Amino acid sequence: MEKYKELMKQYMLTENEEALYKAEQFSKQLLQKDVSPDEIVQIHIESLKSLYPELPKEMKRSLDFLLETMIAYGIVHQEARDLREKQLELKSEIEVAANMQDTLLNTVIPDVEVLDIGVLSVAAKQMNGDYHHFIKDSSGNVGVGIADVIGKGIPAALCMSMIKYALDSFSDERFSPNSILELLNRVVERNVEAGMFITMFYGVYDIHSHEFTYSSAGHEPGFFYKAKSKQFEEIDARGIVLGVQNNVSYINYSKSLEVGDTVLLLTDGVTECRQGDRFIERQEVVDVVQKYIHLPAQHIVENVYRYFERLQDFDLRDDFTLIILRRER
Amino acid sequence: MNNQSCIPIKKEWDIVGARQYGRDIAKNLGFGSVDQARIATAISELARNIYLYAQKGKICFDIVEGVNKKGIKIVAIDEGPGIEEISKVMEDGYTTSGGLGAGLPGIKRLMDDFDIISEVGKGTEITVVKWLR
Repeated sequence: MEKYKELMKQYMLTENEEALYKAEQFSKQLLQKDVSPDEIVQIHIESLKSLYPELPKEMKRSLDFLLETMIAYGIVHQEARDLREKQLELKSEIEVAANMQDTLLNTVIPDVEVLDIGVLSVAAKQMNGDYHHFIKDSSGNVGVGIADVIGKGIPAALCMSMIKYALDSFSDERFSPNSILELLNRVVERNVEAGMFITMFYGVYDIHSHEFTYSSAGHEPGFFYKAKSKQFEEIDARGIVLGVQNNVSYINYSKSLEVGDTVLLLTDGVTECRQGDRFIERQEVVDVVQKYIHLPAQHIVENVYRYFERLQDFDLRDDFTLIILRRER
Repeated sequence: MNNQSCIPIKKEWDIVGARQYGRDIAKNLGFGSVDQARIATAISELARNIYLYAQKGKICFDIVEGVNKKGIKIVAIDEGPGIEEISKVMEDGYTTSGGLGAGLPGIKRLMDDFDIISEVGKGTEITVVKWLR
């Protein structure tokens, strides 16, 4: 109050820029101390009355009128401050949840001699609605699951945890992909409200016969890469998304892999990358992968991600998951 | 309690009367002009709630004395529909009238103490106090 009065007095006498500059600095201090707009008007009125006790009564009344008018702004100011605090609280809570999710959904890439495996999963927002899962069964075969909840953010992430727990509850004995999807479908159908869907792809790589057996629940099709012909072909698998209806049967498909042949699994966060308003073509994904196909699997996924991250100006619109399995020998 | 007096709220005009009455008490107690304006605004909000949602009710004024302090106590009593979820109406941004008006959180901010009792179908009683510093 005294400071304001002093600055105002200085300005009234000199009308110079320096006083105005000081007032600007002072207003920042007031903001830091959370002084509300109506309080500043009050300080102004008091200062004015004390500097010029002979103010005309019309002037005084008009100032009281102004003060009254400013009260509502004071409330809004306080409300905004409280909401800001709440928002910070929420943000840090979500961060904790996201870390927890990372720990919960953590999966270890199995170490098998015949396969080179690369995987990258990046959340568009703080929490990831994509899920992938690796498992090595008792005979050393590798199971790989990739799933995508329709939607993103926290609801999707919560939903994903359920898939993880369900998968964990199955025994390590070798299941066929279609029966895994059938079991998961039952879990999802019972526990998720209508309107929330999960797409999923599950495959098992037999390390002795080099057969890749797989089944899909409406999941974005991946690709097979044939090393001999250097050609990509779409993985053809049909099945209804998880959670829509009870007692669904899924079909098993299988594919024989030669040395160098590669399985490419992804979520729609990869194929629905956007450049401006333009969705990229699936062919573009293939082209980018082709460019890096000579690299180790992990390097491929990282390079592909970097390419699309840049294409989208470093602002992911959907969760992005890409898995590469290549037969090494 | 011998200082207590109440102003019935039936018409919009009564809101102005209640403001004036409360402001005079605040002024006599020695509240500064900002606090007077805040108290008047709180009274407005309380009275408007009665006028808009309960149609009938009253605003009562009292001078309270605490340890080494004095204050103005305002109680808004109505026989309206009552509030089902009090915690919800106390949330920032919640309003049933489609905006404008500080709502209950605003009243709470304008005053020092705030208490609310409400029973669905019977009515609502809101008590607020502003202490003289």
